Amino acid sequence: MRRKIILALGAVALPLLLRNLYVIMFLVPDEMEQGPIYRIFYYHLPAFFTAALCYLTAMVTSILYLVKKDQKYDAIAVSATETGLAFAAVNLITGMIWGRISWGIWWAWDPRLTWALICWLVYFGYLMLRSAIDDPTERAKNSAVLSIFASASVAVTWKAIEWWRTQHPGPVLSIRTGGVQKIDPAMEQMLYVNTVALLLLGLIFVLVRLRQEEVQREIDALRRYAHAMN
Amino acid sequence: MDERNITFMFYGLAVAWGLLAVYAVLLGLRDRDLTKQLDTLKRMVEEKK
Repeated sequence: MRRKIILALGAVALPLLLRNLYVIMFLVPDEMEQGPIYRIFYYHLPAFFTAALCYLTAMVTSILYLVKKDQKYDAIAVSATETGLAFAAVNLITGMIWGRISWGIWWAWDPRLTWALICWLVYFGYLMLRSAIDDPTERAKNSAVLSIFASASVAVTWKAIEWWRTQHPGPVLSIRTGGVQKIDPAMEQMLYVNTVALLLLGLIFVLVRLRQEEVQREIDALRRYAHAMN
Repeated sequence: MDERNITFMFYGLAVAWGLLAVYAVLLGLRDRDLTKQLDTLKRMVEEKK
């Protein structure tokens, strides 16, 4: 059943991603001041939204794990976190490439960028922590606690563009400026369309990763069973 | 318009697609590996029974 859902999601996501790539490359006009480089915006921001949603999912399922002690919540948390890291890497690296042209430098220790990096490192640490603990219950409990604390770094990263006015631009989307239009509505609309495409792709990754987590648990159970038979 | 502007735009889009494609491939490889492990273990347990 899940395989069919993944295939159905893929059948929607892939054409949408390709269509968006075509529109972004050939149809949307250049931004007046920045030129073609601003097109990175259509991946930079949606990748961050997808990563943030993945981390939020991980936080909610981590709380649920601590409350209900059900391993399925731990499986969802790790799947969402790993997917979030992939999208956060897209956000960070596309931002660096954009910055190289717009600011003339690859990286600035500006609060917004620094918090995005801290956030990535904390969640990478989450995966490292998991690989260091063998006992599944201990692993799930410790990583759930870390995931809940790590979600604070997501909130700070989200608010950083409002709290600190530095090199990184402030909020431009009307949903974050209280309806004030800071960019062309067509640009904003295209950004949302690509956000939907990346969110669908993220959902596919989470579902595939979740299935792998379940297979891994089946393998572990079979190993214990085979060991007990000896 | 500076030619580097267009070049870096391509780099940016390539990185976005490339990273996600690499992650998808890694997921596929891990999937294949896990399925193989599971099949082997199932066969082993059946034989022991």
